[in-house]
Amino acid sequence: MIIMISSQGNKLEDLADPRFGRSQWFIRYDTQDDTWQAFENQSIYQRGGAGISSSQFMMDNGVKAAISGSFGPNAHQALSAGGIEMYTFDDNQQSVQEIIKAFQTGSLNKFN
Amino acid sequence: MKIAVASGKGGTGKTMISTSLASSLAGEFPIRFLDCDVEAPNAHLFLKPEIKETLPAVILLPEITMELCTLCGICVEVCEYNALAKVGTKILVFPQLCHGCGSCTLQCPVGAITEYPRPIGTISKGVTDDNIIFGMGELTISEPMPTPIINQLKTQFHNNDVVTILDSPPGASCAVVATIHDADFVLLVTEPTPFGLHDLKQMLGVLSETDTPSGVIINRDGIGDAKVEDYLAEQSIPILMKIPYQETIAEGLAMGHLLTEIMPSYKSEFTKMFQQIIELSRQKETP
Repeated sequence: MIIMISSQGNKLEDLADPRFGRSQWFIRYDTQDDTWQAFENQSIYQRGGAGISSSQFMMDNGVKAAISGSFGPNAHQALSAGGIEMYTFDDNQQSVQEIIKAFQTGSLNKFN
Repeated sequence: MKIAVASGKGGTGKTMISTSLASSLAGEFPIRFLDCDVEAPNAHLFLKPEIKETLPAVILLPEITMELCTLCGICVEVCEYNALAKVGTKILVFPQLCHGCGSCTLQCPVGAITEYPRPIGTISKGVTDDNIIFGMGELTISEPMPTPIINQLKTQFHNNDVVTILDSPPGASCAVVATIHDADFVLLVTEPTPFGLHDLKQMLGVLSETDTPSGVIINRDGIGDAKVEDYLAEQSIPILMKIPYQETIAEGLAMGHLLTEIMPSYKSEFTKMFQQIIELSRQKETP
Protein backbone atom coordinates (compact mmCIF):
# COMPACT_ATOMS: atom_id res chain seq x y z
CA MET A 1 0.00 0.00 0.00
CA ILE A 2 1.31 3.44 -0.95
CA ILE A 3 1.07 6.02 1.82
CA MET A 4 2.31 9.61 1.85
CA ILE A 5 3.32 11.57 4.94
CA SER A 6 3.82 15.34 5.19
CA SER A 7 7.35 15.94 6.47
CA GLN A 8 9.62 18.77 7.54
CA GLY A 9 12.62 17.11 5.89
CA ASN A 10 13.51 14.63 3.17
CA LYS A 11 14.54 11.71 5.40
CA LEU A 12 12.63 9.19 7.49
CA GLU A 13 14.34 10.54 10.63
CA ASP A 14 12.96 14.04 10.06
CA LEU A 15 9.92 15.31 11.94
CA ALA A 16 6.54 14.84 10.31
CA ASP A 17 4.95 18.16 9.31
CA PRO A 18 1.56 18.89 10.92
CA ARG A 19 0.58 20.99 7.88
CA PHE A 20 -0.68 19.21 4.78
CA GLY A 21 -0.82 21.63 1.84
CA ARG A 22 2.06 23.77 3.06
CA SER A 23 4.38 21.02 4.30
CA GLN A 24 7.97 21.22 3.05
CA TRP A 25 8.23 17.62 1.88
CA PHE A 26 6.13 14.56 1.20
CA ILE A 27 7.51 11.11 1.92
CA ARG A 28 6.01 8.42 -0.29
CA TYR A 29 6.29 5.05 1.40
CA ASP A 30 5.38 1.61 0.07
CA THR A 31 4.36 -0.63 2.99
CA GLN A 32 4.73 -3.73 0.83
CA ASP A 33 8.47 -3.54 0.19
CA ASP A 34 9.44 -0.71 2.62
CA THR A 35 10.84 1.45 -0.19
CA TRP A 36 10.43 5.20 0.07
CA GLN A 37 11.07 8.43 -1.76
CA ALA A 38 10.99 12.11 -0.76
CA PHE A 39 9.33 14.79 -2.88
CA GLU A 40 9.68 18.51 -2.31
CA ASN A 41 6.16 19.89 -2.04
CA GLN A 42 5.69 22.24 -5.00
CA SER A 43 2.43 23.57 -3.55
CA ILE A 44 4.24 25.70 -0.96
CA TYR A 45 5.22 28.08 -3.75
CA GLN A 46 1.60 28.65 -4.75
CA ARG A 47 -0.44 31.55 -3.47
CA GLY A 48 -3.62 29.58 -2.93
CA GLY A 49 -5.22 26.19 -3.18
CA ALA A 50 -2.15 24.41 -1.76
CA GLY A 51 -4.36 21.74 -0.15
CA ILE A 52 -6.00 20.97 -3.48
CA SER A 53 -2.77 20.79 -5.48
CA SER A 54 -1.18 18.61 -2.77
CA SER A 55 -4.21 16.33 -3.00
CA GLN A 56 -3.79 16.24 -6.77
CA PHE A 57 -0.15 15.23 -6.21
CA MET A 58 -1.29 12.32 -3.99
CA MET A 59 -3.79 11.17 -6.62
CA ASP A 60 -1.23 11.39 -9.43
CA ASN A 61 1.17 9.24 -7.38
CA GLY A 62 -1.18 6.36 -6.63
CA VAL A 63 -1.42 7.13 -2.91
CA LYS A 64 -4.02 5.19 -0.93
CA ALA A 65 -3.58 6.91 2.44
CA ALA A 66 -2.49 10.49 3.21
CA ILE A 67 -1.04 11.21 6.65
CA SER A 68 -0.69 14.67 8.19
CA GLY A 69 -1.52 16.74 11.29
CA SER A 70 -4.83 17.80 9.80
CA PHE A 71 -6.61 18.37 6.49
CA GLY A 72 -8.42 21.53 5.41
CA PRO A 73 -11.93 21.45 3.92
CA ASN A 74 -10.74 21.68 0.29
CA ALA A 75 -8.10 18.97 0.67
CA HIS A 76 -10.65 16.85 2.49
CA GLN A 77 -13.14 17.20 -0.35
CA ALA A 78 -10.53 16.44 -3.02
CA LEU A 79 -8.98 13.45 -1.22
CA SER A 80 -12.40 11.99 -0.35
CA ALA A 81 -13.52 12.28 -3.96
CA GLY A 82 -10.29 10.58 -5.02
CA GLY A 83 -10.91 7.70 -2.62
CA ILE A 84 -7.76 8.45 -0.59
CA GLU A 85 -8.01 7.71 3.13
CA MET A 86 -6.82 10.36 5.55
CA TYR A 87 -5.06 9.76 8.86
CA THR A 88 -3.88 12.32 11.39
CA PHE A 89 -1.34 12.35 14.23
CA ASP A 90 -1.62 14.42 17.42
CA ASP A 91 2.04 14.44 18.48
CA ASN A 92 3.98 16.96 16.37
CA GLN A 93 7.34 15.79 17.72
CA GLN A 94 7.45 12.42 15.99
CA SER A 95 9.65 11.42 13.08
CA VAL A 96 8.22 10.18 9.80
CA GLN A 97 9.51 6.73 10.70
CA GLU A 98 7.58 6.74 13.99
CA ILE A 99 4.44 7.93 12.19
CA ILE A 100 4.76 5.09 9.68
CA LYS A 101 5.07 2.61 12.52
CA ALA A 102 2.01 4.14 14.19
CA PHE A 103 0.10 3.82 10.92
CA GLN A 104 1.07 0.17 10.58
CA THR A 105 -0.02 -0.65 14.13
CA GLY A 106 -3.31 1.17 13.54
CA SER A 107 -2.75 3.85 16.19
CA LEU A 108 -3.29 6.93 13.98
CA ASN A 109 -6.66 8.72 13.92
CA LYS A 110 -8.82 8.17 10.86
CA PHE A 111 -9.93 11.57 9.53
CA ASN A 112 -13.44 11.69 8.09
CA MET B 1 -7.83 61.13 -16.59
CA LYS B 2 -7.88 58.45 -13.94
CA ILE B 3 -6.53 59.19 -10.48
CA ALA B 4 -6.35 56.30 -8.01
CA VAL B 5 -6.04 57.03 -4.31
CA ALA B 6 -4.15 54.24 -2.52
CA SER B 7 -2.12 53.88 0.64
CA GLY B 8 -0.68 50.55 1.59
CA LYS B 9 -1.53 50.99 5.27
CA GLY B 10 -5.21 51.07 6.09
CA GLY B 11 -6.77 54.03 7.90
CA THR B 12 -4.37 56.67 6.58
CA GLY B 13 -7.13 58.76 5.00
CA LYS B 14 -7.68 57.48 1.45
CA THR B 15 -11.41 58.06 1.51
CA MET B 16 -11.03 61.45 3.18
CA ILE B 17 -8.69 62.53 0.37
CA SER B 18 -10.57 60.97 -2.54
CA THR B 19 -13.99 62.31 -1.54
CA SER B 20 -12.66 65.81 -0.86
CA LEU B 21 -10.69 65.83 -4.11
CA ALA B 22 -13.82 64.78 -6.04
CA SER B 23 -15.95 67.38 -4.34
CA SER B 24 -13.36 70.16 -4.89
CA LEU B 25 -13.21 69.46 -8.62
CA ALA B 26 -16.93 68.85 -9.09
CA GLY B 27 -17.77 72.41 -10.21
CA GLU B 28 -14.98 72.51 -12.79
CA PHE B 29 -14.87 69.07 -14.41
CA PRO B 30 -17.23 66.18 -15.06
CA ILE B 31 -16.32 63.75 -12.26
CA ARG B 32 -16.80 60.06 -11.75
CA PHE B 33 -16.08 58.60 -8.36
CA LEU B 34 -15.62 54.85 -7.97
CA ASP B 35 -15.44 53.27 -4.53
CA CYS B 36 -13.27 50.23 -5.28
CA ASP B 37 -12.82 49.32 -1.61
CA VAL B 38 -15.48 46.67 -2.16
CA GLU B 39 -14.87 44.85 1.11
CA ALA B 40 -15.73 47.95 3.14
CA PRO B 41 -17.03 50.73 0.89
CA ASN B 42 -17.67 53.96 2.81
CA ALA B 43 -17.23 56.88 0.39
CA HIS B 44 -21.03 57.13 0.05
CA LEU B 45 -21.18 58.18 3.71
CA PHE B 46 -19.29 61.37 2.76
CA LEU B 47 -20.43 62.09 -0.80
CA LYS B 48 -24.06 61.11 -0.01
CA PRO B 49 -25.12 60.16 -3.54
CA GLU B 50 -28.65 59.28 -4.46
CA ILE B 51 -28.37 55.60 -5.50
CA LYS B 52 -30.46 55.07 -8.64
CA GLU B 53 -29.66 51.50 -9.53
CA THR B 54 -28.14 48.40 -7.94
CA LEU B 55 -26.98 45.50 -10.12
CA PRO B 56 -25.68 42.07 -9.17
CA ALA B 57 -21.92 41.61 -9.53
CA VAL B 58 -20.99 38.14 -10.70
CA ILE B 59 -18.06 35.83 -11.17
CA LEU B 60 -18.13 33.36 -14.07
CA LEU B 61 -17.50 29.83 -12.86
CA PRO B 62 -16.64 26.81 -14.99
CA GLU B 63 -19.08 23.96 -15.34
CA ILE B 64 -17.79 20.76 -16.87
CA THR B 65 -19.90 18.61 -19.15
CA MET B 66 -18.58 15.17 -18.23
CA GLU B 67 -20.07 13.57 -21.37
CA LEU B 68 -17.65 15.66 -23.45
CA CYS B 69 -14.70 15.69 -21.04
CA THR B 70 -11.76 13.45 -22.01
CA LEU B 71 -10.05 13.86 -18.59
CA CYS B 72 -6.95 15.29 -20.28
CA GLY B 73 -6.34 17.48 -17.22
CA ILE B 74 -5.38 20.63 -19.16
CA CYS B 75 -7.93 22.70 -17.21
CA VAL B 76 -6.33 21.60 -13.93
CA GLU B 77 -2.85 22.49 -15.22
CA VAL B 78 -3.76 25.95 -16.51
CA CYS B 79 -5.63 26.99 -13.36
CA GLU B 80 -3.32 29.44 -11.58
CA TYR B 81 -5.43 29.21 -8.42
CA ASN B 82 -5.86 25.43 -8.02
CA ALA B 83 -9.61 25.77 -8.30
CA LEU B 84 -9.85 22.52 -10.27
CA ALA B 85 -8.74 18.98 -9.48
CA LYS B 86 -8.82 15.80 -11.52
CA VAL B 87 -10.15 13.07 -9.29
CA GLY B 88 -10.57 9.62 -10.82
CA THR B 89 -13.09 10.09 -13.60
CA LYS B 90 -14.25 13.53 -12.48
CA ILE B 91 -13.08 17.13 -12.54
CA LEU B 92 -13.85 18.87 -9.26
CA VAL B 93 -14.46 22.64 -9.18
CA PHE B 94 -13.77 24.64 -6.01
CA PRO B 95 -15.91 27.77 -6.50
CA GLN B 96 -14.37 29.76 -3.63
CA LEU B 97 -10.89 29.53 -5.18
CA CYS B 98 -11.95 30.42 -8.73
CA HIS B 99 -10.97 33.93 -9.87
CA GLY B 100 -13.24 33.69 -12.92
CA CYS B 101 -10.32 34.23 -15.30
CA GLY B 102 -11.74 31.88 -17.95
CA SER B 103 -8.42 30.14 -18.75
CA CYS B 104 -9.88 26.64 -18.32
CA THR B 105 -12.76 27.40 -20.68
CA LEU B 106 -10.43 28.82 -23.32
CA GLN B 107 -7.91 25.98 -23.08
CA CYS B 108 -10.31 23.02 -23.03
CA PRO B 109 -9.55 21.23 -26.33
CA VAL B 110 -13.01 19.64 -26.61
CA GLY B 111 -15.22 22.53 -25.48
CA ALA B 112 -16.47 20.66 -22.42
CA ILE B 113 -16.43 23.75 -20.19
CA THR B 114 -19.20 26.33 -20.10
CA GLU B 115 -19.45 29.26 -17.71
CA TYR B 116 -22.26 30.28 -15.43
CA PRO B 117 -22.57 33.45 -13.37
CA ARG B 118 -22.48 33.29 -9.58
CA PRO B 119 -23.47 36.48 -7.71
CA ILE B 120 -20.78 37.64 -5.28
CA GLY B 121 -21.94 41.16 -4.53
CA THR B 122 -23.49 44.29 -5.98
CA ILE B 123 -22.63 47.36 -8.00
CA SER B 124 -24.53 50.55 -7.16
CA LYS B 125 -24.83 53.59 -9.39
CA GLY B 126 -25.89 57.03 -8.33
CA VAL B 127 -25.28 60.74 -8.54
CA THR B 128 -24.48 63.40 -5.93
CA ASP B 129 -26.02 66.87 -5.49
CA ASP B 130 -22.95 68.39 -7.14
CA ASN B 131 -23.31 66.01 -10.13
CA ILE B 132 -20.55 63.54 -9.35
CA ILE B 133 -21.40 60.25 -11.05
CA PHE B 134 -20.98 57.75 -8.25
CA GLY B 135 -20.24 54.02 -8.46
CA MET B 136 -19.66 51.59 -5.66
CA GLY B 137 -18.95 47.87 -5.50
CA GLU B 138 -19.86 45.81 -2.48
CA LEU B 139 -18.69 42.26 -1.89
CA THR B 140 -21.11 39.97 -0.10
CA ILE B 141 -19.86 39.01 3.37
CA SER B 142 -18.05 35.61 3.29
CA GLU B 143 -17.14 35.96 -0.39
CA PRO B 144 -13.35 35.89 -0.79
CA MET B 145 -12.80 37.45 -4.24
CA PRO B 146 -12.98 41.25 -4.57
CA THR B 147 -11.26 41.64 -7.96
CA PRO B 148 -14.17 40.60 -10.25
CA ILE B 149 -16.37 43.30 -8.68
CA ILE B 150 -13.66 45.95 -9.04
CA ASN B 151 -13.17 45.02 -12.71
CA GLN B 152 -16.92 45.13 -13.40
CA LEU B 153 -17.29 48.43 -11.61
CA LYS B 154 -14.52 49.97 -13.70
CA THR B 155 -15.93 48.54 -16.95
CA GLN B 156 -19.43 49.85 -16.19
CA PHE B 157 -18.18 53.38 -15.59
CA HIS B 158 -15.43 53.46 -18.19
CA ASN B 159 -15.13 56.92 -19.74
CA ASN B 160 -11.83 58.52 -20.73
CA ASP B 161 -13.35 61.97 -21.26
CA VAL B 162 -14.03 62.66 -17.60
CA VAL B 163 -11.95 62.81 -14.45
CA THR B 164 -12.32 59.47 -12.69
CA ILE B 165 -11.28 59.18 -9.06
CA LEU B 166 -10.79 55.65 -7.77
CA ASP B 167 -10.84 55.03 -4.03
CA SER B 168 -8.61 51.96 -3.64
CA PRO B 169 -8.75 49.26 -0.99
CA PRO B 170 -5.87 49.27 1.52
CA GLY B 171 -2.92 46.93 1.18
CA ALA B 172 -0.84 46.11 -1.88
CA SER B 173 -2.60 42.96 -3.08
CA CYS B 174 -4.62 41.91 -6.14
CA ALA B 175 -7.57 44.15 -5.30
CA VAL B 176 -5.28 47.20 -5.21
CA VAL B 177 -3.59 46.21 -8.46
CA ALA B 178 -7.02 45.74 -10.10
CA THR B 179 -7.93 49.27 -8.99
CA ILE B 180 -4.75 51.13 -9.94
CA HIS B 181 -3.21 49.25 -12.89
CA ASP B 182 -4.62 51.52 -15.60
CA ALA B 183 -4.58 54.76 -13.61
CA ASP B 184 -2.80 57.80 -15.04
CA PHE B 185 -1.70 58.85 -11.58
CA VAL B 186 -1.63 57.23 -8.16
CA LEU B 187 -2.04 59.45 -5.15
CA LEU B 188 -0.56 57.71 -2.11
CA VAL B 189 -1.84 58.68 1.31
CA THR B 190 0.39 57.87 4.25
CA GLU B 191 1.08 58.89 7.82
CA PRO B 192 4.48 59.71 9.36
CA THR B 193 4.78 56.49 11.36
CA PRO B 194 6.89 53.32 10.93
CA PHE B 195 3.75 51.45 9.79
CA GLY B 196 2.89 54.18 7.32
CA LEU B 197 6.42 54.08 5.88
CA HIS B 198 6.61 50.29 5.72
CA ASP B 199 3.36 49.95 3.78
CA LEU B 200 4.10 52.99 1.61
CA LYS B 201 7.29 51.25 0.47
CA GLN B 202 5.23 48.20 -0.50
CA MET B 203 2.93 50.36 -2.62
CA LEU B 204 5.91 52.10 -4.26
CA GLY B 205 7.18 48.60 -5.08
CA VAL B 206 3.89 47.83 -6.84
CA LEU B 207 4.07 51.14 -8.72
CA SER B 208 7.60 50.45 -9.90
CA GLU B 209 6.11 47.44 -11.72
CA THR B 210 3.32 49.42 -13.37
CA ASP B 211 5.51 52.50 -13.94
CA THR B 212 2.65 54.82 -12.94
CA PRO B 213 3.51 58.37 -11.85
CA SER B 214 2.72 59.02 -8.21
CA GLY B 215 2.84 61.55 -5.43
CA VAL B 216 2.31 61.39 -1.71
CA ILE B 217 0.02 63.07 0.79
CA ILE B 218 1.20 62.95 4.38
CA ASN B 219 -1.83 62.88 6.62
CA ARG B 220 -1.76 63.42 10.39
CA ASP B 221 1.42 65.40 9.93
CA GLY B 222 3.05 66.20 13.26
CA ILE B 223 2.70 62.75 14.82
CA GLY B 224 5.40 60.06 14.54
CA ASP B 225 8.77 60.93 13.04
CA ALA B 226 10.45 62.37 9.95
CA LYS B 227 11.39 59.05 8.33
CA VAL B 228 8.64 59.13 5.69
CA GLU B 229 9.79 62.57 4.52
CA ASP B 230 13.45 61.55 4.55
CA TYR B 231 12.67 58.48 2.51
CA LEU B 232 10.59 60.39 -0.06
CA ALA B 233 13.34 63.01 -0.45
CA GLU B 234 15.89 60.24 -0.96
CA GLN B 235 13.71 58.61 -3.64
CA SER B 236 12.74 61.96 -5.26
CA ILE B 237 9.04 61.26 -4.83
CA PRO B 238 7.00 64.46 -4.58
CA ILE B 239 4.99 65.32 -1.47
CA LEU B 240 1.83 66.96 -2.77
CA MET B 241 0.18 67.92 0.48
CA LYS B 242 0.57 67.67 4.24
CA ILE B 243 -2.49 67.62 6.44
CA PRO B 244 -1.76 68.27 10.11
CA TYR B 245 -3.19 66.06 12.80
CA GLN B 246 -6.16 67.87 14.29
CA GLU B 247 -9.00 66.58 16.40
CA THR B 248 -11.52 68.84 14.66
CA ILE B 249 -10.85 66.91 11.43
CA ALA B 250 -11.40 63.55 13.11
CA GLU B 251 -14.60 64.81 14.75
CA GLY B 252 -15.95 66.16 11.47
CA LEU B 253 -15.16 62.95 9.58
CA ALA B 254 -16.91 60.93 12.27
CA MET B 255 -20.01 63.04 11.57
CA GLY B 256 -19.78 62.18 7.86
CA HIS B 257 -18.42 65.56 6.73
CA LEU B 258 -15.91 66.04 3.94
CA LEU B 259 -12.53 67.55 4.81
CA THR B 260 -13.48 70.46 2.56
CA GLU B 261 -16.63 70.99 4.62
CA ILE B 262 -14.72 70.89 7.91
CA MET B 263 -12.02 73.23 6.57
CA PRO B 264 -13.20 74.97 3.38
CA SER B 265 -9.70 76.35 2.70
CA TYR B 266 -8.69 72.87 1.55
CA LYS B 267 -10.86 73.19 -1.56
CA SER B 268 -8.31 75.44 -3.27
CA GLU B 269 -5.48 73.20 -2.00
CA PHE B 270 -7.08 70.24 -3.79
CA THR B 271 -7.68 72.25 -6.97
CA LYS B 272 -4.00 73.28 -6.96
CA MET B 273 -2.93 69.72 -6.30
CA PHE B 274 -4.97 68.53 -9.27
CA GLN B 275 -3.00 70.88 -11.57
CA GLN B 276 0.20 69.48 -10.11
CA ILE B 277 -1.04 65.93 -10.77
CA ILE B 278 -1.76 66.78 -14.41
CA GLU B 279 1.73 68.28 -14.68
CA LEU B 280 3.39 65.21 -13.12
CA SER B 281 1.58 62.73 -15.34
CA ARG B 282 2.55 64.78 -18.43
CA GLN B 283 6.21 64.76 -17.41
CA LYS B 284 6.07 60.99 -17.20
CA GLU B 285 4.61 60.76 -20.71
CA THR B 286 7.40 62.87 -22.27
CA PRO B 287 10.63 61.95 -20.49
